[in-house]
Amino acid sequence: MSQDQKHQVLKRKLGPEDLRRFETPAIERESHGQTSAKSSVPDSLSTVAVDFAGVTKSYGNKIVVDELSFSVASGECFGLLGPNGAGKSTIARMLLGMTCPDAGTITVLGVPVPARARLARRGIGVVPQFDNLDQEFTVRENLLVFGRYFGMSTRQSEAVIPSLLEFARLERKADARVSELSGGMKRCLTMARALINDPQLIVMDEPTTGLDPHARHLIWERLRALLARGKTIILTTHFMEEAERLCDRLCVLEKGRNIAEGGPQALIDEHIGCQVMEIYGGDPHELLSLVKPHSQRIEVSGETLYCYAPDPDQVRTQLQGRAGLRLLLRPANLEDVFLRLTGREMEE
Amino acid sequence: MIEGFAAALPANAWNWVAVWRRNYLAWKKVALVSLLGNLADPMIYLFGLGTGLGIMVGRVDGASYIAFLAAGMVAVSAMTASTLETLYAAFARMHSQRTWEAMLYTHVTLGDIVLGELAWAATKAFMAGTAITIVTATLGYAAWPSVLYALPIIALTGCVFASLAMIVTALSPSYDYFVFYQTLVLTPMLFLSGAVFPLDQLPGAFQQIARCMPLSHAIDLIRPVMLDRPISGIALHVGVLALYALLPFFLSMALLRRRLMR
Repeated sequence: MSQDQKHQVLKRKLGPEDLRRFETPAIERESHGQTSAKSSVPDSLSTVAVDFAGVTKSYGNKIVVDELSFSVASGECFGLLGPNGAGKSTIARMLLGMTCPDAGTITVLGVPVPARARLARRGIGVVPQFDNLDQEFTVRENLLVFGRYFGMSTRQSEAVIPSLLEFARLERKADARVSELSGGMKRCLTMARALINDPQLIVMDEPTTGLDPHARHLIWERLRALLARGKTIILTTHFMEEAERLCDRLCVLEKGRNIAEGGPQALIDEHIGCQVMEIYGGDPHELLSLVKPHSQRIEVSGETLYCYAPDPDQVRTQLQGRAGLRLLLRPANLEDVFLRLTGREMEE
Repeated sequence: MIEGFAAALPANAWNWVAVWRRNYLAWKKVALVSLLGNLADPMIYLFGLGTGLGIMVGRVDGASYIAFLAAGMVAVSAMTASTLETLYAAFARMHSQRTWEAMLYTHVTLGDIVLGELAWAATKAFMAGTAITIVTATLGYAAWPSVLYALPIIALTGCVFASLAMIVTALSPSYDYFVFYQTLVLTPMLFLSGAVFPLDQLPGAFQQIARCMPLSHAIDLIRPVMLDRPISGIALHVGVLALYALLPFFLSMALLRRRLMR
């Protein structure tokens, strides 16, 4: 599915009301007398939102980001996918100018970073991995205080807060303290907070880590709403499913290196290209020799055998009559791609 | 390196106000408790030592001991209030609560954050010092209206000790290290700065050390105005205090940049 098609589908899912809400960015509606955060970022209409070229970063002898290059187009959701320690958070920090690369160049919204990071940050919203809301403040106060860091007056912030609360589905919790909110609500508030400066680019560092499934689906839905609004999103995650669902394109990271890049389905087709049969309940090494002739490729991970078979029926036939085996035939996914590329499981 | 440091400096003359206002809003929610907490300690010292020791000591430098001690306690309360704010509360905002990290996503620079934190700590020092000044003046232990000149000096003293404590905050891996600064630096300073007894009681070498201590310069300014006496060497005292406020500010900025933006 092309990016445009995908957006069309999203728009249908969202319905006209959702879209109308996002047609006019909140800050632009209300920012009389204030330098609009959007207009002051040069090249705001540039089609490339973020560009990393040959970026390297090491701490001591440890290379965290290694000759990394990638480009993110305006309006797309770009994923940085990799296990913990793959350099995802360091990349996010470099993008914000919070740490300097040892080599390479970074351009964000047409502005060189870290040299002019403060200017770039005008157009960026950040949803961090770790909750850093002000716990003792109410929901409304959190937004108000954060607006001040962008030079917004109380009046300007108060003008956009209702639409942000609506976005976060926290209208009824406006005067509740953050410490009273659930994990999902807190993450929604963090997303709303990231939108106070009406950013073009939103950086989300592991946005659903530690959330329950309900909250995770809510965050995904809100994230799609942002894409429908034309925002560019950079999403770091180690959840394959999340990346597959949300990202238009992604790059798979291993030890700070970009080992594959492309659309989720394109990557799956390119690296796997067939269905996967999971076989468990027996000795995987014994089964390996049985099914090998009928498989394009086989991986053993723990007690499970992953069999990449162009013709799964043949595999099934081979295993017929063996007691206690469980077979699961499913379409290939990004996790398979990752296993294929790195040859091991993700480190959770 | 230098470029990076320049980028971390305060972005402009007013950005820090947003940081100050955040802390003010948080403080407002617990204002009464916080004020009482800041007042209790120096008040107990003032009346405990002042009346207890005062009976034995009699008059010091021509004033009652409690009036002599009052100036010392005003300066010490400013020192303690801004130190504790910068050590514990600012450290929490930097380290465990990650408040600074959230601020760094915005227009605010590291320099703005540090400046806002210092200004806030100085504000708390000003409130604590002023409260004690009012109490002592009301009880007749300080001269009115010259005592009003003490107020800007209290604020400056707050800046100095916030700035110094920011270095400790920047270097400490955890809260546990703060006690070393308190017991090895601040407590000796309390006794070497003329807060509880006149400096000329000390051996010559200690008097030399005392002249380098910021607290003694603060007391040398606060005591005469509280007792309505002429002050000597105003420029020197203010100059030393200004240096003690400025140099640690830049040093702590450099240290914090190394710590947070590596």
